[in-house]
Amino acid sequence: MDALYLNQFLFLGAILFCIGVYGVLAKRNAVIVLMSVELILNAVNINFVAFGAFWSGQPGGSPISGTVFALFVIAVAAAEVGVGLAIVLLIHRNRKSVDLDDVDLMKG
Amino acid sequence: MLENAWIIPLLPAASFLLTLFFGKRLKGGAHWFGIAAVGTAFVLALVVNVQWFQHVDEAEHEAKSAEVNSEEGGEAPVEGEEGLGALDGESAAAPALRAEEGEKAEEFEVEPITRSWTWWQSGGVEFKAGMLLDGMGVMMLFVVTLISLLVHIYSTDYVKDDRRYTHYYAFLSLFTASMLGLIMAENTLQLIVMWELVGVCSFVLIGHWWEEKPNSDAALKAFLTNRVGDVGLLVGVIVLFFTAGQTFNIVEINTLANEGAISQTALLVASLCLLAAVMSKSGQFILHTWLPDAMAGPTPVSALIHAATMVVAGVFMVGRMYGVFFNGLNIGTSSVNALAVVGGITVLGGAGLAFVQDDIKKVLAYSTVSQLGYMVMALGVGAWTAAFFHLFTHALFKAGLFLGSGSVAHAVHSFDMKKDMGGMKKFMPKTYVTFLICSVALAGMFPFAGFFSKDEILAGAGQLGGEGNYTAFVVVGTLGALMTAAYMTRCIYLTFFGEYRGDLSHHAHDHGDAEAAETSDELDHAAAPHVDVPHAVPHESGPRILVPLYILSGLAVIAGLANLPKNGIFSFLPESLTLRFEHYYEPKALYFPIIEHPEFSLATAVTSLVIVTVGWALAYAWYFKGLGPHGITQRNKLARAGHTLLVNKYYFDVLYTDVIAGSVKGPIARAANWFNQNVLDGIVNGAGIGARKSGEWVYRNIDQGIVDTIVNGSGATAEGTGEVFRQVQTGKVQQYGVLLFAATAVLAGIFIIVI
Repeated sequence: MDALYLNQFLFLGAILFCIGVYGVLAKRNAVIVLMSVELILNAVNINFVAFGAFWSGQPGGSPISGTVFALFVIAVAAAEVGVGLAIVLLIHRNRKSVDLDDVDLMKG
Repeated sequence: MLENAWIIPLLPAASFLLTLFFGKRLKGGAHWFGIAAVGTAFVLALVVNVQWFQHVDEAEHEAKSAEVNSEEGGEAPVEGEEGLGALDGESAAAPALRAEEGEKAEEFEVEPITRSWTWWQSGGVEFKAGMLLDGMGVMMLFVVTLISLLVHIYSTDYVKDDRRYTHYYAFLSLFTASMLGLIMAENTLQLIVMWELVGVCSFVLIGHWWEEKPNSDAALKAFLTNRVGDVGLLVGVIVLFFTAGQTFNIVEINTLANEGAISQTALLVASLCLLAAVMSKSGQFILHTWLPDAMAGPTPVSALIHAATMVVAGVFMVGRMYGVFFNGLNIGTSSVNALAVVGGITVLGGAGLAFVQDDIKKVLAYSTVSQLGYMVMALGVGAWTAAFFHLFTHALFKAGLFLGSGSVAHAVHSFDMKKDMGGMKKFMPKTYVTFLICSVALAGMFPFAGFFSKDEILAGAGQLGGEGNYTAFVVVGTLGALMTAAYMTRCIYLTFFGEYRGDLSHHAHDHGDAEAAETSDELDHAAAPHVDVPHAVPHESGPRILVPLYILSGLAVIAGLANLPKNGIFSFLPESLTLRFEHYYEPKALYFPIIEHPEFSLATAVTSLVIVTVGWALAYAWYFKGLGPHGITQRNKLARAGHTLLVNKYYFDVLYTDVIAGSVKGPIARAANWFNQNVLDGIVNGAGIGARKSGEWVYRNIDQGIVDTIVNGSGATAEGTGEVFRQVQTGKVQQYGVLLFAATAVLAGIFIIVI
């Protein structure tokens, strides 16, 4: 894979990342925030895989390192979502709401 | 054992700590630690003595075999180590270092046993602690441990049921430890430390019954008088330290002094300074006044500390630093010097005072002063061996006399011979016999111990020194012998003969009532009430008091044989019996000056014996028979003046207390008071007012104005800042996220632009 194709993947990753960041910062629903976090992580995954494919063609590059990183990220993301959803569930139980604006106990 | 003799002082030191911490738990058995430790020390001291004899013999043997070799084995008879002085001229080729000294019969050297450890280091000078063991030290080890052991045993009876029994034993142990440490001191610094320690023990034990004013006064007097002399000791040691090339080492200092490496002036100054210390510690005129007062302490303490051991520390120190004294005072070549003069004055002065004392212990105390005078005089005339031999014998019989007087006092609860004694021979025959033997030994009658040692001193004064010898001191010594015999006869007469003068009914009452005993007597016994079965007459003391008396009086009889003379009528004796003391105990090494030895002189011996007999006869006629002009002190003006002078102890106490202390207390104190009230108080008050004023100003201006403003301002600033920043802390995660991303974006932007 040459650099021309690589750019297309990086653009896709960047766009996904921005969408994810927007979701994390702007959405009030905690579940959607979690989903946006997944978008950010997947944007990173795309970058990993794209660079992995790119470097495997270069001299001295490894054929699978990028893919392996992506798999690690997916596994960690699954765990993160598990914990995150549990927190959201507990917030919902206590407050009957998952609106993040209501959760401001740490206000100074 | 010689190498490890330093263990000996550590034993009583350990016993001091054990007695102090655990003595009370033993319930009246506080003496066991002390007796065990001192007993062991005594046995070790005996072992050390025996090994030292072997050490000396070995050195002698080596020297002799070397001598024989150098003469190619010829002239078969090995030269006698002593005697045969005439042959010495022929053996001039002998390799021994001092062969050229004709009179010096023993021409071998005995190296002292030394060990030392660095105590601390400062400015390139190493301060050491260690052990120096030679003949005189070995001899002193024996004397100190023996008498200390006997006193420990004696005291179990004598101070029984005392209220400070534990402390008494603790300090006996500490005293023994420090005295042994003094004997073995390797350097002058250690000597000073131990010197002061024995002084402290003396102070504590004199004031053992401090509830009574005279006792605590006596303790203070002893301590303060000794301080006067200690200044001399300190100065002397410092002078020697610098003149001997920055060393405290006793052997080095003496060696340098003997080699002439130190200027004679420096040695003279040093020895005069050290002489002051001797005068205070060993009770020499004019600093002797504390010693008789020290009799306020318990009698066993007087026997141990103020007769046999501590007071001879001064004599011992002179012997230890003999290289300094010998060369500094030109003892070998002069016919009069400070040491001999001080000793001579003390011999006569002390003996004179012993005549007018009513207190039996004070008679003995002045006798001690006088005998110490003999020792110092002997050192002054160069008769080192005679001085130390007299120290040895005197320690035995004087301890015996003191313990004997304690035994009598134990029975009558008083020390006053005129009021409470008399006729004691009937009540206490055993004490009487021991007391008599010791007095005869003290007077110096043949063949008791005192004869040999005193005769040697007289012979030394008559034969040693430069032109004219020390003839004046022969007269002094002989006169002293006369007086000694006379005052001891008086003492025995007043104590043991005549009618019992004590109040028998009062005596019986005493025994029944401890309280009465406390107030009945101003001295000793008050605090040691002997609540026994009431009895009407004084009775003989128990075995724990009598056995030490037997031992000491036995030694007083035979101790003189330790140094039998070898010439004159004694020349029939084999060499191995004569002059053993000199042979084994006199140091023979470079650090000891080359001294001459007097020969036995029949004339001197007979004269002194006649004089002693005359003394006895005069005193017998005067006291026992009532002959002579009794009452002359009332009739004759001159005699009365003399008597008054003696009763007032030559007015030394008046001089010290009224003239010196009084003038300090009077005008000087008033002047100091005025200065204090007017000048110092003015300064102090002025300073106080100034301080208050400035304090107020500081409070108003600096404290209230500046400091408070700063403090309030910083508080207000912190509050305002907090108000601003709390706006940011909304508690909303997403706002934090925004800030985070914004910050990241900005940083990333900077990063890109800069790179």
